[in-house]
Amino acid sequence: MTASVMDRVRDRAVADRIPISVHFDLTYRCNERCVHCYLDHEDHGEMTTAEVTDVLDQLASAGTLFLVFSGGELLLRKDFFELLAYARQLQFDVKIKTNAMLITQARAERIRDLGVRQIQISVYSHRPEVHDAITKVRGSLERTIAAIRFLRDCGLNVTVANVLMRQNASDYHGVRALAEELGANYTLDPTITPKMNGDTSVVALRMPEPQLLRLFKDSSVVGDGFCGVPAAVDAETLDSAACSAGHIACYISPYGDVYPCVQFPLPSGNLRQQRFTDVWWHSPQLNEVRSIRVRDLTTCPSCTYVASCTRCPGLAYMEGNMRGPSSADCDKSKLRAGAPGAEGTSL
Amino acid sequence: MSTCVVRGDKLAARKVGGEMVILSAEDSSMFLLNEVGTAIWEAADGRRSIQAIADVLCAEYDVDRATALADVTEFVESLAAAGILSVADEAAG
Repeated sequence: MTASVMDRVRDRAVADRIPISVHFDLTYRCNERCVHCYLDHEDHGEMTTAEVTDVLDQLASAGTLFLVFSGGELLLRKDFFELLAYARQLQFDVKIKTNAMLITQARAERIRDLGVRQIQISVYSHRPEVHDAITKVRGSLERTIAAIRFLRDCGLNVTVANVLMRQNASDYHGVRALAEELGANYTLDPTITPKMNGDTSVVALRMPEPQLLRLFKDSSVVGDGFCGVPAAVDAETLDSAACSAGHIACYISPYGDVYPCVQFPLPSGNLRQQRFTDVWWHSPQLNEVRSIRVRDLTTCPSCTYVASCTRCPGLAYMEGNMRGPSSADCDKSKLRAGAPGAEGTSL
Repeated sequence: MSTCVVRGDKLAARKVGGEMVILSAEDSSMFLLNEVGTAIWEAADGRRSIQAIADVLCAEYDVDRATALADVTEFVESLAAAGILSVADEAAG
């Protein structure tokens, strides 16, 4: 993708407050039971086909271009291909996030024919015993790899997403090599988020500090310059918004709930009761999120690392204050620079 | 035999701030069309020829037909080279 064009599109979206990017979970049901998952997999009343297509119509009218379909495992929805075809008919740029366990050769061909641009697939380890222990499904790695081959044989753009935690902290080189062998892109993420219901027990699965530090210092993975002296703080940093959540992006749950982001479960409206544009433009919650600038945060403005920190307002919200620090990101900033910042948190 | 201008079927498209954003699912190439390009894109509905699209442009803008035809031809050729548009022999639909 041409970066300069993307920057211009983003700038236009920011200027006109267009919800250019929407993450839409079609179901929370799943055929895996990953140890770190933040979701409740019971079906509490998913939107129907008609409800979802109506929401898609509304999003297209509101200007959404980038649409992420995810879950749960979205292929558990019997109407998944109907919804995908409808989304493509509305000319969304569709990215699918899946564990791929249900993708057959024929389904891979349908996904290709419908013009999906990206498919992101979770792989936790190149070792079946590790991957399958995390998903709690025996044979899941084998099935996922077979599906990646189907998709790649169709010429589709596949990204292997490697969430890292205690159980697989040392396997990222192996997963990256597997992705290369499969002709897939590779991305890793050491973020483990609390459950959407507020349960923080899964946070204990986060990579311990020594492993995280080893990852951050592995330039073959994170690139050069990831660790070191933090960027200087200036007025532009302090006047900036935290991230795109609520500004040009939002999240929609299978039940029609709207949040600023999948990782920011602040209830901001429900599409069974309200039109999307009403929520997007008039939700007090979204407007509050939009009003926050870095200089408004409780401790971050005086932190040495504020200019280079990856603070997530959603994680801060789940810790109790959307204007507060996100301690996991404080820890990461500290590790990258090698000294405590304003918050001075420890793992 | 009549010809018509056809959009690719592996594209995403959305008007953002009055300008059309086109994104190819096949190679992730991205295009941002200006106002006139957007008007041409919207007129290229699979049924209009280059000449018919030029007529649309003449109706919408203060431009003579020869200039409109040259602009549309250049625009279609450039997007055809990128695989975004094509010129087909018969009208779709």
